[in-house]
Amino acid sequence: MNRFKGLLGWEFSLIVLVGAALLIGGLLSPDFLTGSNLSFLTANFSEVALMSLSMTLLIIVGEIDLSVASILGLCSAVIGVLFAAGVPMPLALPAAFVTGGLAGLFNGLLVTRLGLPSLAVTIGTLALYRGLAYVLLGDRAIAEFPAFYTNLGFGNVPGTLIPLPMALFAVLAILTVIVLHATPFGRALYAIGANGVAARFAGLQVERVKLSLFVLSGLMAALASAVYTFRFASARADNASGFELSVIAAVLLGGVSIFGGRGSVVGTVAAVFLIGIINGALTILDVSNEILTIVTGLLLIGSVLLPNLLTHFRTYQQRRRIQGDSVIQ
Amino acid sequence: MKKRVLLLSALALGLSTLSFAQAPASIKKGLKITLLPKNINNPYNVIETSGGLEAAKEIGATAKVVGPSDAGASSQVSYINTAIAQRQDALILAANDANALLPYLNRAKQAGVKIVTMDSDTAVSGRTLFINQANSEGIGRAQVQLLGKLINYKGDIAVLSATPNATNQNTWIKWMQEELKLPKYKDMKLVKIAYGNDDDQKSFTEMQGLIQAYPNLKGVISPTTVGISAGARYLSTSPSKGKVALTGLGTPNQMRAFVKDGTVTAFQLWNPADVGYLATYAAGALASGMITGKQGETFMAGKLGKYTVGKNGEVVLGPPYTFDKANIDKFDF
Repeated sequence: MNRFKGLLGWEFSLIVLVGAALLIGGLLSPDFLTGSNLSFLTANFSEVALMSLSMTLLIIVGEIDLSVASILGLCSAVIGVLFAAGVPMPLALPAAFVTGGLAGLFNGLLVTRLGLPSLAVTIGTLALYRGLAYVLLGDRAIAEFPAFYTNLGFGNVPGTLIPLPMALFAVLAILTVIVLHATPFGRALYAIGANGVAARFAGLQVERVKLSLFVLSGLMAALASAVYTFRFASARADNASGFELSVIAAVLLGGVSIFGGRGSVVGTVAAVFLIGIINGALTILDVSNEILTIVTGLLLIGSVLLPNLLTHFRTYQQRRRIQGDSVIQ
Repeated sequence: MKKRVLLLSALALGLSTLSFAQAPASIKKGLKITLLPKNINNPYNVIETSGGLEAAKEIGATAKVVGPSDAGASSQVSYINTAIAQRQDALILAANDANALLPYLNRAKQAGVKIVTMDSDTAVSGRTLFINQANSEGIGRAQVQLLGKLINYKGDIAVLSATPNATNQNTWIKWMQEELKLPKYKDMKLVKIAYGNDDDQKSFTEMQGLIQAYPNLKGVISPTTVGISAGARYLSTSPSKGKVALTGLGTPNQMRAFVKDGTVTAFQLWNPADVGYLATYAAGALASGMITGKQGETFMAGKLGKYTVGKNGEVVLGPPYTFDKANIDKFDF
């Protein structure tokens, strides 16, 4: 229970930081807190946001999927190739989802059936899936999709400045919160992440759960690929390359433990917004791209370091208290 | 008296509305211009944007260079949005992807930001003007003109191209052949078009083959950066060094050593600084309402002189720039 309280503290701090980042950005640049800028800014991290939801679940069970951005690229290539070949979009899109699901299944099978570490497996498939995307599309870029679809990626919810992809994200984020925090399945994820062996003895289908989460990760990357492809009206093999780092950065900054068993969706969502807003503010202040990358890196290191330091500090305090108690007695 | 004042002010009013209808004669002071190259750390882009900053100073504009550190398709998008949010008057960009930026460029246009591309164009609908560094005819003809000068308009010549089906190379070669039809080239004969496939080794051996097969060979044009540097490498250690002239399209950093050791006297490419310079003047003229991007409109671009807007909003910088011993050290790309 104590652990849970600590986590809520972390999430609360993140939400405060989001507010602070907005405020500071607004103070430093008069162009920052305008509706259209904030609308663009949130649309700009919608793919990372989507993939961070499934990544949260995966990291909670103690696994990781480094290949998400490559799956996105591969699915984008599938959409592009099929569309260029004259396949209508209502068929090309499901094909991208099948591709994403299969890519996730392949990751999951290697991890659960062969017992390989997901870090190693998905580093491999990161290269493999990106390579396949290049095989499909090469250096080509497929553009000129029907306006209906590009509007899905580029447009706002009618009458508002909320980007459509972010509305989709909001729905999925709420669903994820419910599944993770209010269902037996969600509780099983924490149990598996905290202690896989114990979870297995308790009768949980550990391998099956993990496999389904890898498939979910692939499907989410396929969904993000549709958003990306339509948002930029461009299917390219190098779409979203490097995004896996942003996704993992957001999840870890959100307070999900890289060792599994701890974390929440709310934390991830707050972290996604924090990183996105800081990036957007720095860009509008004309801060160079290198500094931007450094800031993201420091946030990531800080997010891994800080909780650990806090734990150390707490145990140190506890030990002192125990020692103090024994002295008194 | 009162009547006269009234009349005069009416006249003044009439004049002012009249002048309003006309395009302003000069670029407005204090324009805000963003230069967005493909990639911010590339030496070529640095020279290009430095030309833009120079022009901005001349027209009294506030200009800045922003951009991604990678040349990914979508990494320029957040900078386009920033230009909108900062209410920039003009955005000059070298597009990393012809289509990925379109919806965002259109949004910028709607917000009143004038869009000029340079170097690498977007689809025509994405921008108002495209500053093209050189057109095919200009490149093809200029290469023959340069080689003619170097060999005194006499002797056999050859072309060392890239691949047999490279569109740009073939168009340039076609214009070279057109230029060679002029009377002043009557003593120059194109004996062979060789293909080095843009491969260093193959270009090297093709150059060797040309020199051995044609004893009267006086000059070679290699309109590809791979071909010209491989050709120069072969020539620099061969007995034909200084006897066979080699020219073509190359970059100063690639060719510097060969120019200094006398293997190559002169070669061509465009001056990237001039591309940025012209683009900034064009953006200034556009943002001041002096031009609208229609074919046939003209504007002045400082030291580069007068330019005319061509078809589809294209403005051609001019014939390629010739690099030689005297100027090569001014360039680093």
